[in-house]
Amino acid sequence: MYSLSEAAHQVPVIEPSAADGTFSLLWLVIGLPLLGAVVLLLGGRATDRWGHWLGTLMSLASFAVSLLLFVELLGRDEGDRSITQHLYDWIAVGDLQVGMDLLYDPLSALFLLLITGVGSLIHVYSIGYMEHDPRRRRFFAYLNLFVAAMLMLVLAENYLGLFLGWEGVGLASYLLIGFWQHKHSAAAAAKKAFVINRVGDIGMALAIALLFTTFGTTSFTAISQVSGAAEEDTLTAVGLLLLLAACGKSAQVPLQAWLLDAMEGPTPVSALIHAATMVTAGVYLVVRSNFIFELAPTAQTVVVIVATVTLLWGAVIGCAKDDIKKALAGSTMSQIGYMMLGAGLGVAGYAFAIFHLITHGFFKANMFLGAGSVMHGMNDDVDMRRYGALRHAMPITFLTFAMGYLAIIGFPGFSGFWSKDKIIETALAENWVVGVLALLGAGITGFYMTRLMLMTFFTTKRWKDDVHPHESPGVMTVPLVVLAALSVLGGVLLLGDWIVDWLAPVVGEAPHHEPPLPIIVITLLTVAVVAVGVAAAWFLVGKREVPLTPPQDVSFATRAARADLYGDGINDLLVGRPGTATVRGLVTGDRTLVDGVFTGGSSGIKAVGDLLRRLQNGFVRSYALSVLGGVLLVVLALLAVNLA
Amino acid sequence: MTDVTPYVVLSAILFSIGCVGVLTRRNAIVVFMCVELMLNACNLALVAFAKQHGNLDGQIAAFFVMVVAAAEVVVGLAIIMTIFRTRRSASVDDASLLKY
Amino acid sequence: MTAFWILAPVMVIAALGILVVRKAVHAALLLAVVMISLAVLYAVLEAPFLFAVQIIVYTGAILMLFLFVMMIVGVDASDSVVETIRGQRAMAVVLGVGLAVVLIAGVGQLTLGTVVGLDAANEGGNIEALANILFSRYVFVFETTSALLITAAVGAMVLAHRERTGPRPTQASLAAQRVRGYAERGEHLGPLPAPGVYARHNAVDTPALLPDGTPAESSVSRTLAARGTIRNAPDLADDIEDVQRSLGGLPGGSGTPADTSAGSGHNTENPSTGTGGPGTDEEAHR
Repeated sequence: MYSLSEAAHQVPVIEPSAADGTFSLLWLVIGLPLLGAVVLLLGGRATDRWGHWLGTLMSLASFAVSLLLFVELLGRDEGDRSITQHLYDWIAVGDLQVGMDLLYDPLSALFLLLITGVGSLIHVYSIGYMEHDPRRRRFFAYLNLFVAAMLMLVLAENYLGLFLGWEGVGLASYLLIGFWQHKHSAAAAAKKAFVINRVGDIGMALAIALLFTTFGTTSFTAISQVSGAAEEDTLTAVGLLLLLAACGKSAQVPLQAWLLDAMEGPTPVSALIHAATMVTAGVYLVVRSNFIFELAPTAQTVVVIVATVTLLWGAVIGCAKDDIKKALAGSTMSQIGYMMLGAGLGVAGYAFAIFHLITHGFFKANMFLGAGSVMHGMNDDVDMRRYGALRHAMPITFLTFAMGYLAIIGFPGFSGFWSKDKIIETALAENWVVGVLALLGAGITGFYMTRLMLMTFFTTKRWKDDVHPHESPGVMTVPLVVLAALSVLGGVLLLGDWIVDWLAPVVGEAPHHEPPLPIIVITLLTVAVVAVGVAAAWFLVGKREVPLTPPQDVSFATRAARADLYGDGINDLLVGRPGTATVRGLVTGDRTLVDGVFTGGSSGIKAVGDLLRRLQNGFVRSYALSVLGGVLLVVLALLAVNLA
Repeated sequence: MTDVTPYVVLSAILFSIGCVGVLTRRNAIVVFMCVELMLNACNLALVAFAKQHGNLDGQIAAFFVMVVAAAEVVVGLAIIMTIFRTRRSASVDDASLLKY
Repeated sequence: MTAFWILAPVMVIAALGILVVRKAVHAALLLAVVMISLAVLYAVLEAPFLFAVQIIVYTGAILMLFLFVMMIVGVDASDSVVETIRGQRAMAVVLGVGLAVVLIAGVGQLTLGTVVGLDAANEGGNIEALANILFSRYVFVFETTSALLITAAVGAMVLAHRERTGPRPTQASLAAQRVRGYAERGEHLGPLPAPGVYARHNAVDTPALLPDGTPAESSVSRTLAARGTIRNAPDLADDIEDVQRSLGGLPGGSGTPADTSAGSGHNTENPSTGTGGPGTDEEAHR
């Protein structure tokens, strides 16, 4: 345990005030969607008719409360923007005192708006998308459950509460990926996501345990006040364990394999969970734990390495996928890599990581929903090789998707341009190798997104005659329009460095680093690299005929990218097969050795028993003889004792 | 007055003979007689020790042993009668159903 | 000590006898010898009250009870010599001797010291002294024995009691049952034949002979049959010629065995043997 006076305050300390007034409504943000989930799950078929409306309403109400709280928070002084609400004592065992506490600060506030805002739009969209699904009510229950868990994750005041939400989103993700459980691939994907997430969760559990043994508490407030006094080795260990957890949840290398398979879920799920919110939980965790990572430079370096590898890994995969959702998933992986990179860069990057997280939440949700809209019109076909020239058939989808596209490649003026550019800029300032790789990633992003765009909306019509592409209903296009607008305008958050100042109380003020090149040069360089990627895509895809079946005589790099860079193979080789072999060996050992010992022991005892039971011959005289023998022994013993 | 060791030795011998009788005879009545023989052997030792110590408690104990023996014989013989009535046998070996 | 040295060998020999005699009655008699001798030893050991009680209760009551039960169960239900449990007898003897040796060795190790004697304790009479202790220090135990004795008496009655499950049979019902038995199974309707119709052997253990010379099983008590003490009719008939010769009635050696058996059919109708008195009977029966 460390006293306050000992702590060296290198990091911003969280000093929240108790919730009062409007802020006492904080619990409602979580409570409303949770209530929706409970009602819909327990209500059963009775709620089938209006279940989707209730779910959407709960999400919207939560958004309204979040908005109210945000406005309230804006009105406060900068130093007074941390609010806690103590709901009840959750765990009280010996030294372990954990309250069900909520922490509302600028970081949580942004997440609240993102989760409930994008979440509500996706709820609305799902009303149309899932219209013909007989289990729509259950779908909305799971969506509400997910929103509640995600809100718990970002509102928790301690690591255990965060862990509760962490596991909650894992559960909701599992349920939603496997929502179409009649499909074997969906069930397998759900299981895969769940298992890989467990690997990360072990890191989380160990990190929490380590924090508790080191600091005697799991509260963010308390740890941020005393973390400076802990040994760096301990903090490095905690940081690496937290990174492992973040890797699992945010699909970073080496725990990235589940994200592509997770596209088996309904498209709104992919948009909400596997693009906009849940997969960003890892970024949130790293940023929230800045008081640990700031003091553990080694862990930060590892974060940067993992993030850089992932952003390239995801981008390469995205280049080779013909499945529109998987291409987007590769892109998600890559973009989260950018966020992690920002978070790993420390104080200078936290704000930009969160900024990119928010803009990405907008444009990626936009594009996923757009992809869903395309699939909706194409009889749920996901192969881009059978799309083409859809811009005429579904103009709204095309336009909104184009906004997202321009945002993600970083077209000047769009939201992604501001956020990605800032991360690359910071990376170059911190370490030019990482910066160059991030720049390269931006170019690849331009390539694969342009390829996706061209194959879907431009080039020639390749769909069959019995397919009749059509625009989606209004309930689906309205969220697309809203998200497209946000994709375009998301950059306003950076106006006058607003988001940096806003997050400063949580993540600290960045010392000014002069980048190796003037900022305008970096920006131009980035735009140039992206332009190269776009041009390459135009010449390789746009100018040529797109074959209906993927060509087989391709380079090794393409084959590797098609196979997810052999992520599954590596997992299988390193974990799957040794694990299976070990289990087989253990089973064999159990059957032969352990069972053998047990059955052998029991049959041995039975044999002894068979011998001994011969003594029970039923003859009273025989028993009396034994008694006499015993008497003789006792008398002899007495004599021996007395004579000795 | 000589000491009472010979009486005690005789008691031990009679007791042992009673034991052997219980173990070897199969007629339940004879087995019972051997049990009585053992009880009597104990009585002899008690009475002898009473004299040795000049204390009548030993005689009282022997008296109680007789009472208990009488009660035991009454019940035991009634049991033998009952068994004989149902099984037409007074052999202790015939009542050997309670076994493995 | 004279009495002890005379009685001790007797008692040991009698006790050993109990181990070896085959008949339970003999064992009971030998036990009586041991008990009476014990009574005498009690008297020698200055326990006149126990002397009386030993004779009255043990020899008088308990042993008589044994004899009664034996009478009911069967006086001669004797043990077979063959030991059924393997090694039981040898082990019993070994352990018994071992116990005796150990006990005697233990007693030999004791130094009892001078005998105090009961003169002081028995002053004013042994019975009074015993009564003083019994009704003061041991009064609770004494009262408890009364409960024990009552329990034993009730227990014996319960065990010996046989519950009647049907109505008591009347003479009419018994008669009806006999006739039914005759009608259905051909059982003999009349009274059973009387035993001992020989002129020389009219005891209850001698079966009557049927006209064809075979013994009538139903003429003797089943209890006697169970004990195996029934005389064999043809054996009894064997000596008939000798008897006749001794009486001088018939020409010697003329009777064939067939004649003998045929002639011995119903000796009641044979006047020559019918005249034989009890003296002849005894003589013939060795």
